[in-house]
Amino acid sequence: MDAFLNQVFAGLATGGIYASLALALVMIYQATHHVNFAQGEIAMFATYIAWTLINAGVPYWPAFFLTVAIAFVLGVLIERIIVRPVERAPVLSVVVVFIGLLVIFNSLAGWIYTYTIKVFPSPFPKEPVHLGSHLFSAHQIGAVGVTLVVLVLLYAFFRFTPLGLAMRAAAQNPDSSRLVGIRVGWMLALGWGLAASIGAIAGMMVAPTVYLDPNMMAGILLYAFASALVGGIDNPGGAVLGGFIVGVLENLLGAYVIGNELKLAFALVLIVGVLVVRPSGLFGRVHVTRV
Amino acid sequence: MTIKPPVSADPSAMNKNRIIALVALLLIVCALPFMVSNYRTFQLTLVLVYAIALLGLNILTGYNGQISLGHGAFYAIGAYVAAILMDRFGVPYYLTVPVAGVVCLAAGFLFGLPALRLEGLYLALATFALGVSMPQVLKEKHLEHWTGGVQGIVIIKPDPPFGLPINQDQWLYYFTLAVLLVMFLLGWNLLRGRVGRSLVAIRDQPIAAEAMGVNSALYKSLAFGVSAMYTGVAGALGAIAVQFVAPDSFNIFLSITFLVGIVIGGLASIPGAIYGAIFIQFVPNIADQISKAAPWAIYGVFLIGFMYVMPTGVAGAVRIAWARIKRKTGGAGPT
Amino acid sequence: MAALLQVSGLHAAYGQTRVLHGIDFALEEGSITALLGANGAGKTTTLRALCNMVQTTGAISYAGTRIETRATEDIVRLGIAHVPDGRGTFVNLSTEENLRLGAYVRKDRRAVEQDFERIYSYFPRLKERRHQQAGTLSGGEQQMLAVSRALMLRPRLLLLDEPSFGLAPLIVREIFDIMRAINQSEKVSILLVEQNAAMALDLADHAYLIETGRVVLSGTSAEIRSNDAVRRSYLGY
Repeated sequence: MDAFLNQVFAGLATGGIYASLALALVMIYQATHHVNFAQGEIAMFATYIAWTLINAGVPYWPAFFLTVAIAFVLGVLIERIIVRPVERAPVLSVVVVFIGLLVIFNSLAGWIYTYTIKVFPSPFPKEPVHLGSHLFSAHQIGAVGVTLVVLVLLYAFFRFTPLGLAMRAAAQNPDSSRLVGIRVGWMLALGWGLAASIGAIAGMMVAPTVYLDPNMMAGILLYAFASALVGGIDNPGGAVLGGFIVGVLENLLGAYVIGNELKLAFALVLIVGVLVVRPSGLFGRVHVTRV
Repeated sequence: MTIKPPVSADPSAMNKNRIIALVALLLIVCALPFMVSNYRTFQLTLVLVYAIALLGLNILTGYNGQISLGHGAFYAIGAYVAAILMDRFGVPYYLTVPVAGVVCLAAGFLFGLPALRLEGLYLALATFALGVSMPQVLKEKHLEHWTGGVQGIVIIKPDPPFGLPINQDQWLYYFTLAVLLVMFLLGWNLLRGRVGRSLVAIRDQPIAAEAMGVNSALYKSLAFGVSAMYTGVAGALGAIAVQFVAPDSFNIFLSITFLVGIVIGGLASIPGAIYGAIFIQFVPNIADQISKAAPWAIYGVFLIGFMYVMPTGVAGAVRIAWARIKRKTGGAGPT
Repeated sequence: MAALLQVSGLHAAYGQTRVLHGIDFALEEGSITALLGANGAGKTTTLRALCNMVQTTGAISYAGTRIETRATEDIVRLGIAHVPDGRGTFVNLSTEENLRLGAYVRKDRRAVEQDFERIYSYFPRLKERRHQQAGTLSGGEQQMLAVSRALMLRPRLLLLDEPSFGLAPLIVREIFDIMRAINQSEKVSILLVEQNAAMALDLADHAYLIETGRVVLSGTSAEIRSNDAVRRSYLGY
């Protein structure tokens, strides 16, 4: 039973990472109806920036917040400079641009930092934490905590601030938004910035467990994508829940059912199975189109 | 996704000019192996192989609007069918190609059935899952007797028949070219008529198409099957050309490369498959020559650059250029 | 005194299709001016052109400044509120959030809060539904919401695109009455686009008749109403 609980909790910890990244995907999807395939690589690159800062002697938390800020600027710049010109191009052309970004960031990270894996520090104590009679790793608990804080902050931002409201408005009705004076282009850029920041946090939380290397995000992005779809790509809350579900599922499958080799494939097949039964995701809106 | 099919100009004039142009092009293509090294010939063979695979993916994604991020899986099935038949059963290489096509037709059709319920991104994820799982499945222990596990299967390069005075690479090139011509003719016939129109109608106006009596479920799964068949044939040819199959050569990046190929080449365009094949075969090499340190960064820049300059792919850009020339010369331009 | 809005030689096109072929009209400060015409005449395009939402050539001056090159989101900041064709409701946001967005460019936070009450006094139904998702409101309520969202800007000029479209006559009358009240008590100038010529002429002081992208007739509402051709084609008696 202990081992089982530990597996569930480890699943929640990675699930939190998937949830953050899924949320970043949903944010950009809601605003532009594009899935940003480069999201994971941007997160990975931001994590390398954090690693550089920490190695240069900056204490962890200042480095953490500095990285979040840098990632924000990076996201805004990518939207303004690279994504903007293809705004009106066909969907798949935009997908190819995202794939282009993905390989660029991956390759740049490999070139600057080499492909050897690096240890990334955790801000949380090394000693395991007792919760009742169970032992949990402090980093896992900390990562779940950080994820939840991020989620609450985002919720408050979108729900209670004029800027958050304007971003939601711009995402769902750009024409009307312009008519009330919202600068829609900047809202998109801001969305990219926020998504990059969330991704950076996810990267810094996952790197202590999986170690830092240019390919660390590939599998994670896939799970995040699956989480977003399982939860419903147009539902941020659903995407977060989807992240936790996928995290736990993946861990239990790996531990008890089929081992680590096949768990990615199996998890995906399971997810596809869910989607065949519920094509809009577990918590997605069912779209009724008028003819 | 709004891709307008090419507008055909005056048919009689077009046919005459176009046939002359095509024959000239074919002659050049036939002469190529005698003008370049064996290694280049091998690379050109791969271009032909990819062109067949891309035409297959284009039938599904370009014409029918169903996004697949997992076509590498069908390519892998085609390749393994060819390799296993040759290695374990001693089947001659030229017979493995149609068998691979039929197996993939069935596999694609079967995969297409549940995929009918999925649209857009959800289908993208399902096919992505297929692409990710395929190498894992090929490594499965229970299948090792057939697939050779992680090691894969080595196959022997076929000799030219009838004592033709050409080497193996050149023969493979011509063999692949012949298959390509057959497949493209078949595809052209399929896409320019009723079937093609139905596929496009389902892509652009699913509800109206259904209302007009197009059986969209049947067409969508057929599109999946035919698409997989093309890609499977390409996989078999690819295996014969490379003389080797192993699970990790069919990873998810192959699927993504195919998608990149059809978008760069031009969606819903038959020549687009060839442009795309040239891109995915040669641009990585060019990128590698520009920067040894970060070749993929250069490749990424190429991808983004192409999409800036030609958002509708090379075929789209060619179409726009033709239209412009035609307008300037008052309609009498090249057709 | 110069007009609040002066439009001259306005051309507009959607891609290759030209829709307006040189429109001229003026709107006096404090007036209600109507643009009348059949379906496809170019009325909606004219309104969209004023907010730079289509490609245009020609001159548009508003309160003495040229605005034809300004971006849509900057034109709002000059005090022009636009109730677009199809109402432009933010369907997934609540009624109150829709209204709040109407005041997005205003800095006077306290006055904005008071304006909520003012709007709710005009349209009590919106107050009842203020926490409801706007997409679930009835057509009439959404039209009220669209007008209210525009009023939250405290505009100097209000552009109304077919406020009667698809609504029961009783609700149209209610909205038109409120428009008149707002025009008189708050001195908001109104440019009204309507297919329902009879109702529009009741409300407006001036009217322009547009046919296939050109102004073919203009004058006071009384003059227009007494024109035989208008009576036959647009008023139906």
